[in-house]
Amino acid sequence: MENDKIITVQNLVKKFGSFTANDNLTFDVYRGEIFGFLGANGAGKTTALRILCGLSSPTSGEVKVAGFDIYRETEKIKKNIGYMSQKFSLYEDLTVSENIQFYAGIYGISPKKRKEKEALLLQKLEMTGARHKLIAGLPLGWKQKLAFSVAVFHDPKIVFLDEPTGGVDPVTRRKFWDLIYEVASNGITVFVTTHYMDEAEYCDRVSIMDAGKIEALDSPANLKKTYNAKNMDEVFIQIAR
Amino acid sequence: MIVIKNISKSYSDTRALKNISLRVNRGELFGLIGPDGAGKTSLMRILTTLILPDSGKAKMDGLDVVSDFKKIRQIVGYMPGRFSLYQDLSVEENLNFFATVFGTTVEENYDLIRDIYYQIEPFKTRRAGKLSGGMKQKLALSCALIHKPKILILDEPTTGVDAVSRKEFWDMLKKLQTKEITILVSTPYMDEATLCDRVALVQNGQVLDVDSPTRITEKFPRKIIRVRSDETYRLINDLRAYEKAESVFAFGQFVHFVGINDEVETSELDMYLEKRNHKNILAEEIQPGIEDVFMNMQSNI
Amino acid sequence: MKQLKSFIKKEFYHIFRDPRTMLILFGIPIAQLLIFGTVIKSEIKDVHIAIFDQAKDETTMQITNKLLSSGYFILDENLSNTAGIEDIFRKGKVKEVVVFENNFEEKLTREGTAAVQLIADASDPNMARLVTSYTTGIINDYIRKLNPNLQIPLQIEPQVRMYFNEEMKSAYLFVPGTMALILMLISAMMTSISITREKELGTMEILLVSPLRPSQIIIGKVLPYLMLSVINAFVIVLIGHFVFGVPVTGSFILLMLETILFILMALCLGILISTVAKSQMVAMFISMVALMLPTIILSGFIFPIENMPKVLQLLSHIMPARWFIAIIRGIMLKGTGLLFVWKETLILVGMTLIFIAVSVKKFKIRLE
Repeated sequence: MENDKIITVQNLVKKFGSFTANDNLTFDVYRGEIFGFLGANGAGKTTALRILCGLSSPTSGEVKVAGFDIYRETEKIKKNIGYMSQKFSLYEDLTVSENIQFYAGIYGISPKKRKEKEALLLQKLEMTGARHKLIAGLPLGWKQKLAFSVAVFHDPKIVFLDEPTGGVDPVTRRKFWDLIYEVASNGITVFVTTHYMDEAEYCDRVSIMDAGKIEALDSPANLKKTYNAKNMDEVFIQIAR
Repeated sequence: MIVIKNISKSYSDTRALKNISLRVNRGELFGLIGPDGAGKTSLMRILTTLILPDSGKAKMDGLDVVSDFKKIRQIVGYMPGRFSLYQDLSVEENLNFFATVFGTTVEENYDLIRDIYYQIEPFKTRRAGKLSGGMKQKLALSCALIHKPKILILDEPTTGVDAVSRKEFWDMLKKLQTKEITILVSTPYMDEATLCDRVALVQNGQVLDVDSPTRITEKFPRKIIRVRSDETYRLINDLRAYEKAESVFAFGQFVHFVGINDEVETSELDMYLEKRNHKNILAEEIQPGIEDVFMNMQSNI
Repeated sequence: MKQLKSFIKKEFYHIFRDPRTMLILFGIPIAQLLIFGTVIKSEIKDVHIAIFDQAKDETTMQITNKLLSSGYFILDENLSNTAGIEDIFRKGKVKEVVVFENNFEEKLTREGTAAVQLIADASDPNMARLVTSYTTGIINDYIRKLNPNLQIPLQIEPQVRMYFNEEMKSAYLFVPGTMALILMLISAMMTSISITREKELGTMEILLVSPLRPSQIIIGKVLPYLMLSVINAFVIVLIGHFVFGVPVTGSFILLMLETILFILMALCLGILISTVAKSQMVAMFISMVALMLPTIILSGFIFPIENMPKVLQLLSHIMPARWFIAIIRGIMLKGTGLLFVWKETLILVGMTLIFIAVSVKKFKIRLE
């Protein structure tokens, strides 16, 4: 099992001045798992997510992502992860193809390989016809699917999704989750934050943060059993209140 | 209280609202349910006199949204989609400012906002930009209520807010309703529909249905079977591959299955899945939720 | 009224709580003034010249001494013929050659006229102009003192401006210009930015939905910045006076009133910009490009309007700063009263009224 840990976090503490954003977090994420990272606004999710992506250093604690140390090997970590957030995803003034080219370029994917993958990807997303359209003109659902696909274009070991499905209709939201499932079944670990509690149910395991601490971590089914709740919504409300 | 008749609105190349008609009764908590880009914001901006409709008429408490816009601005409280208060002003300063702008004082209508405001009062000297999401929302609601509006229009007040704050927010709305304020609220969260008296399901600038949440789900003609097994992703794929499947989507821990007709039985699915080595199979018929209805209507457009 | 008061109070909170706004309002004007003061020099110092004195008599010696003791010039060499002049200029060090004709003194006393030729290196025309006018000034000065009744038709005519700025102190010119520039920029930029910021934040939506009238919003935005800009103008005049020694010869009250008028005009222009601009970025960009450059180039601040091509001269008429600079130069340097600047004042009043009318009309009561 030890080898299957793709993220290990031990006693992670992050302080901003006197404010403790992450208070002694300890958890593991396993290879190929869909890991839900929940918490109220301001519970410290974003801070933790940033640390895991190598964007900020913890105050203390031991963190390994994809086998690399968070303090010394952030460059290697960045090569092995993908990231997508609701706010920033794609360049609006570039076309679909140009965006893919750009990201492929960043991760050093050869043009030949890129072309193959691009064709396959667009076919899968049913967006071949929109190849040369500007992102700005695409529906939100398409943008999100494309942003996600771009985030995993370089076959990272882990992909971090920061509230990826905000504001889309229920059908698009589910189609998006189909993509997540697919990626996970290919062995990529998915680390996702969301406000939709039904989406929490789609995860293999879920952690719930409150006031900088992880208050619960288990599979949705077990969490519901432990808290004697009908659904994740109730679990969440019991914990965060 | 709010009457919308054949309202259409286009921006350069998109038709945001296509001939929408709606009625909201006095004292009702009415929900506009739909995803981003459905036209919710455009409709609310027309009602708050911020934009003009291309065609059609709308009245708020008998006042026309085009010609009586000045009077409407006295009786409506509005909370835009983005957090729209002054981040560099403190909680108290924001509230006082909006009170005077509407020609009133905080003391005069304190009754109305007391339940909401007392929760953020301990932080009244803090700058609004430094508040947490839930507190910002409470402040924004207090500011929108400070002049005791007859109609309250809230554009996606719970988007991006955690489940706890969302629940609290809806509790507050329920309380306001008892104070004879008509509330029109939009949300992309389908589960919030059940908290409204009546809802309009909107998509692509059109109203799919208007009714009470229970009636909407009761009217739903199709049979829905929820299915569960140990491997959700394989379950979805297998069910989609089933020849009698029409739509298969994940719903929380379950997968909702709609067959090509309503003859498909749960036992049938049980057998099919067992053959494919699924463990811990559960298949049962259930009452549809708003989200099922919405998704079904959406795929029928 | 109460609404307006709270609006203005809120506006002041914004200003005082944002260090950037405070910096733009007070830091930049002072920095700009000091930078302009030291960079744009129309003053000269230690310019190398050569002299070809054919007369070598008492008067030419005295004039030469006068030139060299002025501090503006350094004698590079004495020439003995005109042949080498071009070569000297080519070397680049010498900027001007002064040539006195034969029997200078004799001619001057007997015929009342004597010729001195000033040859300047016009590869830097601005410099050439400055150097020759300085020289002319000094020679005239000498001759006038020598014999106040004597009329000396020298070959080079002294510039009119020098009557009011005898030593050609550049500070006298740039202080009014910088004041116009700063007030224009700060006022127009700050109002347009503060309005577009409300659009960006979405607070404008709430203000529009409230019973506030457009005129209340406009006055609420204008008044705080008017007050701060007047303080700014006051500071500029003070710095001009104490750091650069620019006098206020005319009425100080008139100066301030004219300044308030100009600020008001600029503020309304800012509101006009905000009705077009959708974001703070655009507002800033328009203020910079559409206001700063024309104000610098076409107002007579740096380049004399008389020397411009006809088209630009015509264009300069619509530059508010042009009239304002004329007014304050008049008041500060010439000590003129309203009697002499009423025309310019009227033009500014007219412009202000037009801008107010257009902005109130264009100010959107809706979002589109």
